[in-house]
Amino acid sequence: MSNILEIKDLSVSYGGIKAVKGISFEVPKGEVVTLIGANGAGKSSTLRSIVGLVKPSGGSILLNGEEMAQKTPEQIVAKGITLVPEGRRVFADLTVLENLKVGAYLRKDDLSEDLAWCYDLFPRLKERHWQLAGTLSGGEQQMLAIARALMSRPEIIMMDEPSLGLAPIVVQGVFEIIRELNRQGKTILLVEQNANMALRTAHHAYVMEVGSITMTGTGKELSEDEAVKAAYLGKARN
Amino acid sequence: MDWLSRNLPYLLAGISVGGQYALIAIGYTMVYGILRLINFAHGDIFMVAGLIMVYASASMPMYLSIPLVIVVTVLIGFLVERVAYKPLRQAPRMSVMISAIGVSYLLQNLALYITGGLAQQYPQIPWISDQVLVFGASTKRVTVITPFLTVVLVILLVLLIKKTKIGMAMRAASKDFETSQLMGIKINSVISMTFIIGSFLAAVGSLLFFSNYTSVTPTVGTLPGLKAFVAAVFGGIGSIPGALVGAFIIGICENLVMLLNQYVSFDISNFKDAFAFALLIIILFFKPTGLFGEKQTDKV
Ligand SMILES: Nc1ncnc2c1ncn2[C@@H]1O[C@H](COP(=O)(O)OP(=O)(O)O)[C@@H](O)[C@H]1O
Ligand SMILES: [Mg+2]
Repeated sequence: MSNILEIKDLSVSYGGIKAVKGISFEVPKGEVVTLIGANGAGKSSTLRSIVGLVKPSGGSILLNGEEMAQKTPEQIVAKGITLVPEGRRVFADLTVLENLKVGAYLRKDDLSEDLAWCYDLFPRLKERHWQLAGTLSGGEQQMLAIARALMSRPEIIMMDEPSLGLAPIVVQGVFEIIRELNRQGKTILLVEQNANMALRTAHHAYVMEVGSITMTGTGKELSEDEAVKAAYLGKARN
Repeated sequence: MDWLSRNLPYLLAGISVGGQYALIAIGYTMVYGILRLINFAHGDIFMVAGLIMVYASASMPMYLSIPLVIVVTVLIGFLVERVAYKPLRQAPRMSVMISAIGVSYLLQNLALYITGGLAQQYPQIPWISDQVLVFGASTKRVTVITPFLTVVLVILLVLLIKKTKIGMAMRAASKDFETSQLMGIKINSVISMTFIIGSFLAAVGSLLFFSNYTSVTPTVGTLPGLKAFVAAVFGGIGSIPGALVGAFIIGICENLVMLLNQYVSFDISNFKDAFAFALLIIILFFKPTGLFGEKQTDKV
């Protein structure tokens, strides 16, 4: 099976502080891979360095074999990596439709097919396409953030804690969408603190602790692992 | 009719100078909108545009001078951003402010050097400098044209921002640089675009303004620049309609002071300039975000 994304020895530092300490993992085409870990483990730093928002201090990021590590975010996005950022970050005073169009900013072709597809996945967005994104509920904003990322027709979609701060029933919906996207063949790298749901959804999982990967396995293996159970699934929220 | 011909010129002058302030104010408000920077050099860009016209018109016909003024002013605005602000993108905002003040002094001193400190006679631009009669009051044609031209330019600008792809990118970037980058938007291009538009409008504003005020000195940009800035804050900095409305209010009010001056027994014309600032203090007291300003929402 071919890997869309290969991370080798990736490090990220802020000043003198090492937030990511030489981690390696890969994301095979068509799979859901999850990175779980406590707050501050370095998950967001990993995703942000992959997409170029922070420059990695070392290591390599290969997208279909091509090095991304020193490219700018615009270049990386153009190559087909997209990030649904932590906290959704929809453009509050743009309409839902405009948010989707911004998502397709680099494309010059016709968007109608993709819009129809997004509206099909998220009927709520279709109903509200003229509304300002800031007036949507948290769950709807998360859907919009995901749809906006899809509009660029990415090779791989990265999501940073898409379930954060959402009601349990809405979280179910988010994971349902992740599974549906995967059924349609999309490749997804998912960062979550909600380990329970993430492990049930992912083919492969990595556990991150203070900047390093400490465990790896299939989603099923890790969800049955005693250490993982104790640390991350003890008081599972769902 | 007598009453009208006595007072109308003040109102016309107010509307006209208001339009000129508006064209400068938009540059302040747009740059603030995207960089949260008060571009102290903007008034000096306006002055430089005036000087370019002085020198250009001395050596070439008007139909070449006018486009040249616009092109060179835009180029200077673009270069100022690239040289003085772009390298400070990651620096604290205060550093960028100081850099802007530095550019302001640099432009003024360059102008001082080039002009030798002498006021430069601004050329008569045919047609727009001609005298016309409005309801029996005599005024330059530029006075009448300015408000219309200003409103047309603002409408075009609003359409650009609301309806085009680059406008959408500008709106997105003004709220969230990082997420805009995730969409593939080149932040630096968007910022450059903002300075280009601001300088373009300042150049047009300078053509109109100096057609009324006959001479250009190195510090001539300071007061109109300051008033345009006040207009932008008054209207709610970051808001383009706000800058437009604020500029017209300030232009009209300061000329109303001159109008009143005819009727009172003591001289109040000296308060003309102070008036704009008094107005600002009053509005900020009641509405700290200005007329059209949005409440600053914290980004989560
Ligand atoms: N911009 C930043 N500047 C300095 N330190 C940071 C920055 N962003 C994150 N960190 C630090 O890096 C570590 C990892 O953070 P992060 O990647 O956000 O973890 P996670 O997403 O797993 O919660 C934390 O100790 C955090 O305080
Ligand atoms: Mg995080």
